[in-house]
Amino acid sequence: MSATLVGYDDVLAAYDPAIGLEVHVELNTATKMFCGCPAVFGGEPNTQVCPTCLGLPGAMPAVNGKAVESAIRIGLALNCDIAEWCRFARKNYFYPDMPKNFQTSQYDEPIAFDGWMDVDLDGETFRVEIERAHMEEDTGKSLHMGGATGRIHGADYSLVDYNRAGIPLIEIVTRPIMGAGARAPEIARAYVSQLRDLIVALGVSEARMDQGNLRADVNLSLAPRGTGTLGTRTETKNVNSFRSVERAVRYEMQRHAAVLDGGGSILQETRHWHEDTGVTTSGREKSDAEDYRYFPEPDLVPVAPSREWVDELRGTLPENPVARRARLQADWGYTDLEMRDVVASGALVVIEETIAAGASAQAARKWWLAELGRRANDAGVELTEVGVTPAQVAAVQALVDARTINDKLARQVFDGLIAGEGTPEEIVATRGLAVVSDDGALGAAVDAAIAANPDVAAKIRDGKHAAAGALIGAVMKEMRGQADAARVRELVLEKLA
Amino acid sequence: MTRETAAAMAAALADGTTTSVALTQAHLDRIAAVDGAVHAFLHVDAEGALAAAARSDERRAEGAVASPLDGVPIAVKDVLATEGLPTTCGSRILEGWIPPYDATVVTRLRAAGLPILGKTNMDEFAMGSSTEHSAYGPTHNPWDLDRIPGGSGGGSAAAVAAFEAPLALGTDTGGSIRQPGAVTGTVGVKPTYGGVSRYGLVAMANSLDQVGPVTRTVLDSALLHELIGGHDPRDSTSVDAPLPDLVGAARRGAEGDMSGVRIGVITELGGDGWQPGVMARFQESLDLLVAAGAEVVEVSCPSFVHALATYYLIMPCEASSNLAKFDAMRYGLRVLPEGVDSPSAEDVMRATRDAGFGDEVKRRIILGTYALSSGYYDAYYGKAQKVRTLIQRDFDAAFGKVDVLVSPTAPTTAFRLGEKLDDPLAMYLNDLATIPANLAGVPGISVPSGLADEDGLPAGFQVLAPALADDRLYRVGAALEAGLTEKWGGPLLAQAPDLSGES
Repeated sequence: MSATLVGYDDVLAAYDPAIGLEVHVELNTATKMFCGCPAVFGGEPNTQVCPTCLGLPGAMPAVNGKAVESAIRIGLALNCDIAEWCRFARKNYFYPDMPKNFQTSQYDEPIAFDGWMDVDLDGETFRVEIERAHMEEDTGKSLHMGGATGRIHGADYSLVDYNRAGIPLIEIVTRPIMGAGARAPEIARAYVSQLRDLIVALGVSEARMDQGNLRADVNLSLAPRGTGTLGTRTETKNVNSFRSVERAVRYEMQRHAAVLDGGGSILQETRHWHEDTGVTTSGREKSDAEDYRYFPEPDLVPVAPSREWVDELRGTLPENPVARRARLQADWGYTDLEMRDVVASGALVVIEETIAAGASAQAARKWWLAELGRRANDAGVELTEVGVTPAQVAAVQALVDARTINDKLARQVFDGLIAGEGTPEEIVATRGLAVVSDDGALGAAVDAAIAANPDVAAKIRDGKHAAAGALIGAVMKEMRGQADAARVRELVLEKLA
Repeated sequence: MTRETAAAMAAALADGTTTSVALTQAHLDRIAAVDGAVHAFLHVDAEGALAAAARSDERRAEGAVASPLDGVPIAVKDVLATEGLPTTCGSRILEGWIPPYDATVVTRLRAAGLPILGKTNMDEFAMGSSTEHSAYGPTHNPWDLDRIPGGSGGGSAAAVAAFEAPLALGTDTGGSIRQPGAVTGTVGVKPTYGGVSRYGLVAMANSLDQVGPVTRTVLDSALLHELIGGHDPRDSTSVDAPLPDLVGAARRGAEGDMSGVRIGVITELGGDGWQPGVMARFQESLDLLVAAGAEVVEVSCPSFVHALATYYLIMPCEASSNLAKFDAMRYGLRVLPEGVDSPSAEDVMRATRDAGFGDEVKRRIILGTYALSSGYYDAYYGKAQKVRTLIQRDFDAAFGKVDVLVSPTAPTTAFRLGEKLDDPLAMYLNDLATIPANLAGVPGISVPSGLADEDGLPAGFQVLAPALADDRLYRVGAALEAGLTEKWGGPLLAQAPDLSGES
């Protein structure tokens, strides 16, 4: 069942969108938020557990100092104030994957608050205000068995894996972002993408959206154009890629407008994003029925980071992203337009890593934006999820530079890498992709091309060297693209001198 | 042998006149003889206790004694997690649950070489003042089997009073160690909040709960307190500071010199409505301390009149959240709802909690859930926390003037089983005098003050000290105990029925 949508331009003619983003970052600390269990992704179900993260009767939490440190560094990088004193709170609700039937989180005393992040959008800067960043623990994971969908409805039974329970999370919440107009979807995407870059630079999380290390909930509301008010919002969950963030905002804008145009009102609810169909569907209704009965966690003492420690952590922050982009652009020699494309594609970090692995700046940009960008787009995934690493891109470029392969063959090497056929060198060998520069094989092909195209050969003999291209093309075709084009040209001109 | 103090038992072990195996067996025999009538224990671990006793005797033979109480057996309240031993908290919902880990205090007992005799009865999840709210039947007061042994730790107090164990661990959220101590003629100590690790204590109200000693003498409590106390990194609310010299304070107090000690009588706790026999024993104890040289003044703590109401907001709020984990998903009872085909997880949670929790527990879950609800939080939980601060200030002001505060431990002696079961408010009033200490986190002790004239049943004398000054409890408590024991011509429990013919 798909909802009625209003055309995007029509939405903007009548309404102003307001967006809000809640991003959960799973920290990469060695141990969980409140116990000594390894905070590892995956593993045999229920092997990374202890009395505390299983919520056994009597077990108590103790705060992971490293997680507090990561939270403070994230807060500082987002220009937040860091609380001098704050507490954890219990968020009470029943769910089978919650070991204690309450989540230990923070409520009205977040560790970091009142910050901002400048989002770069095609060279324009858009300031996103950060309301808060707080610490909490992850829940376990329910696996619904049987049934067709893997979802809870229709499942025969469910299993719960508590390995994830207690892994530290930082939830970063923006203030409503107003005034974005038509660019709201792009700003939402750019914010999440640049926030991820920041988290990666801080080194506090693997920050992979496909792995759930970074999860975004997208809030959207529409207000009648020009009123400056906030409408009723919906919160869309399960938005697991930058691209989906943009699409989900756009979709919800069009859906809200259709409801409002029809004289209806928006239900404040949680909605689920469906990557495959590109639509949202209603989840549980958020109403007064959902009362989390927050109160301060009595088993934990308040967190009171000293100002000396906060200052010390401030000294460990990575370069400011805006300054960093300017520095990289200068280092790489990209034009403004090129740099804008790189940032918009979320390719900054992969390009940096590719250059670090030995590729030239122009080659790195060419592969990530053109070839791999196209593949990512076709597959509907992020560049980081396309199946090729920056080191591999650099290795492919090295083969091109050594004239072992050419750009066209390189595409086939990428095919092999995505298919998991081994290293670029192995793929060149097993697929037989190396260009032929051996004069014996090339000479025979050149002779055949001359024989088949006597009129072209005659023109070249008459000194019209530009005509050589036709013969080179014939040779390349004969040799299925694997000929060394430069050597073929030399042979043609030698033979017809 | 079972009628000796724990200190005397330790001395007998040290000089070789007995062995831990003999001592432990004697207590197991006593349990077999009288626990049918008293029902202090929910679970007796004869095998485990004797094995631990044998190891203690081996250590002693090798000259490697683990602690001053190595080899002296102990009983543990069933609210503390014990690896390999059932831990039910007196609730049907945890029937059959065997924890895979030890509470920190249990780890410390084992390391110190104390054989664990078994787990003692209690009001379900420590909610009650009579032990009648146990899902496994009430415990009977050894002084009169038709009467309650106090609660929630009635099992630990009765076990010690009936000579089934020389020592026990209790927990005290609003008086659950001290009030049973008062009504059974035993000594009970609630240490400073954070003085003893709560890791492995199945929480009722985390900001109020404390683990503490239940014994027959003040010195025995001090010996046990020093074993279980001290910082635990797994309980971040535990105090990271060395314990004061508790045993030294008890020994010094027993010498009977109270000169220079200023004692404040809390005017709000006592008087009209309190049982005359309890008040008479209290006054007699005060006179004795004055005779020993103490200076006694009256001190008003005006906010204490709000303590009970404050407690009955904070405690249920925390309890309602703590008890949410009992949902049949991971451990304990699991009840499938009747007449429901392929029930959902929520259906099973509902049916299990309905069948597994008793009425008092449900009452407090409902109270706490209501008080924390959106729109009520500020009026109830928020306001209660403010009153709590006022109570703490009353203590601060009082301790500016006196070294310790005193009151009767409970307003009455032990009432009859069933007498207050249908009147929760009357039941709650038992803890009137003990609750302020939990709200403020300060330590308290209950020492037997004698038998009330009207019913011949024990009454208790409570001493409260500033946070971290637990040694003052032991000094004053031991002085009072020494004076009264001399007056009585022996320990109060010597006057209790023998019970040998009861089971």
